[in-house]
Amino acid sequence: MIKNKTMNSIQQIFQKNDKNLLSIFFTAGFPKLDATKAIIEGLGENGVDFIEVGLPYSDPLADGPTIQHSSSVALRNGMNLDVVFNQLQEIKDTNTTPLVLMGYVNQIIKYGEDAFCEKVVACGIDTIIIPDLPMVEYENHYQTLFKKYGITNVFLITPQTSEDRIRKIDSLTEGFIYMVASSSITGAKGEISTQQIDYFERIKAMNLQSKLIIGFGISDNETFTKACEYGNGAIIGSAFIKSLDKNGIEGIGDFVKSIVS
Amino acid sequence: MKFNPDKNGYYGQFGGSFIPELLYPNAKELEDNYIRIIESEAFQKEYKALLKDYVGRPSPLYLAKRLSEKYGANIYLKREDLNHTGAHKVNNTIGQILIARELGKTQIIAETGAGQHGVATATVCALMGLECTVFMGEKDIERQAPNVARMKMLGAKVVPATSGSKTLKDATNEAIRYWIQNPEAYYLIGSVVGMHPYPDMVTRLQAIISEEMKWQLKEHTGKENPDTIIACVGGGSNAAGAFYHYLEDSAVELIAVEAAGLGVDSGESAATSQLGEVGVIHGSKTILMQDEYGQIVEPYSISAGLDYPGVGPLHAHLFETKRARFMNATDKEALTAAYELTRLEGIIPALETAHALAVLPKMELKSNQTIIINLSGRGDKDLATFIKHLEE
Repeated sequence: MIKNKTMNSIQQIFQKNDKNLLSIFFTAGFPKLDATKAIIEGLGENGVDFIEVGLPYSDPLADGPTIQHSSSVALRNGMNLDVVFNQLQEIKDTNTTPLVLMGYVNQIIKYGEDAFCEKVVACGIDTIIIPDLPMVEYENHYQTLFKKYGITNVFLITPQTSEDRIRKIDSLTEGFIYMVASSSITGAKGEISTQQIDYFERIKAMNLQSKLIIGFGISDNETFTKACEYGNGAIIGSAFIKSLDKNGIEGIGDFVKSIVS
Repeated sequence: MKFNPDKNGYYGQFGGSFIPELLYPNAKELEDNYIRIIESEAFQKEYKALLKDYVGRPSPLYLAKRLSEKYGANIYLKREDLNHTGAHKVNNTIGQILIARELGKTQIIAETGAGQHGVATATVCALMGLECTVFMGEKDIERQAPNVARMKMLGAKVVPATSGSKTLKDATNEAIRYWIQNPEAYYLIGSVVGMHPYPDMVTRLQAIISEEMKWQLKEHTGKENPDTIIACVGGGSNAAGAFYHYLEDSAVELIAVEAAGLGVDSGESAATSQLGEVGVIHGSKTILMQDEYGQIVEPYSISAGLDYPGVGPLHAHLFETKRARFMNATDKEALTAAYELTRLEGIIPALETAHALAVLPKMELKSNQTIIINLSGRGDKDLATFIKHLEE
């Protein structure tokens, strides 16, 4: 396959395969400060399609108790942006699984917007998710900044997002839209309701140009399989954090198998 | 200079709406409707009637003679402490509950620090027969027991915030997380903080304070404008209300007093303008206390109502443009000022308010200078703290 330079790392994945994609989120610095490399390698070896690296934050508004807890532990462990960037730069040449960074907007502002983007690029990452960066702020400011560095921003849509707004988000998206499965913070609920199915079908029927990756509340084989009927794949976060907490890095293989089996 | 926000909710570089997509429809609904509702005749009629007959407004503007004598200036106290529920907070909750009702909301959520906003919210929910849930830091629940009891008696559910520093910032996080999961609820924010349009909406609802000051001072002195207005600032709602109608009149000196805790540089402080940098908290770009990686720092003040690591975006703008002068007072200075007002005027102020009083000894006052101090709340809720320090 000819590598298309205009495609970002996640779009290249979609070109190879756009069904049943599994993405796993973990919080950098949890359970141990230096676990980043082993977690990324473990997930990659077990066939995870792309990995979200969470930048632990003191006040993560969109996150439920599990990720909040992992963030607190990570910060207590001494994790910060410089440490995580160093860790990611060290594995840049050996890691083959695309990485997506997930953090909150204040971390970017304080680090320095250009400095942050430079580091992201230096880590070989081209896709980021900032759950508290709204579309209007993106269009007024961050779009130009990210373009300068070749960074793609991932937008979220929810059951409450209007059709007009989804169309607009679709037009701004290069790659995938993060489809929040329900009105919830991360880590909520265990099964998918008929209401959610209606929402998934409504979005599917819109025939968006963007790929759809479903997240929030995806935790096991059943919810993953269901989500993949409507989207191109799904993201699992809190359930993986819980597994890490209980079974450690050695448990990664069993966890991934329990999802995709 | 203009002090109303632009269409995206910005005061200069501060404000905006940095919120997860899940909250967008809620914020948008409010943004599209709040000015229309506030400016409607029906709202104004009901709001003003409730402020008069239920809250007891206008709150008096009182010339504090003995305090004036001590400091050698003409010091007036705007008696927000005499409002129903004991502080300025009720001006805002009365207004927002009418807005919530107009929008057809039946479930109200709120955050609270000292408990004054929680009590004011529980009060208007009882008045309107609406369900009320108040998020309060676990640490604040301990130090503000009387207000917790009041909220419960008023029928509110008090939910302890156990994350982070377990104070106002975390109570606000928990309220926002609950709102994300329950988008049908109405979030009744208690200060001029948070995502657009809250800072502007709460400012407009607290502006009644300076609206009254103008005609009251004229009755006292023949002039609408004092030389100086002093108010304490945590998030900044009482200061926003006390400053609002004077913002564009640059001859009026505006003084915002922050809580210095054990001292600005002690590491135990809540003096945001002195210790903070530009960042985003609770959906608003403002000045906030944070470490070098943007992690929000846990503030400290003896006063639960000033224990907030940010300030409202209007205040960040007033600070940056130097329209307001930012001063601060330590725990100890505030306690001393509270005792002084009590012994000179027979008024026990809230610990928050005591910070505003505490800058008087630090100012160079002229004998003909007219000062209004916004006496934002009464000290009943702080008696345990006051008594402890009386014994010391």
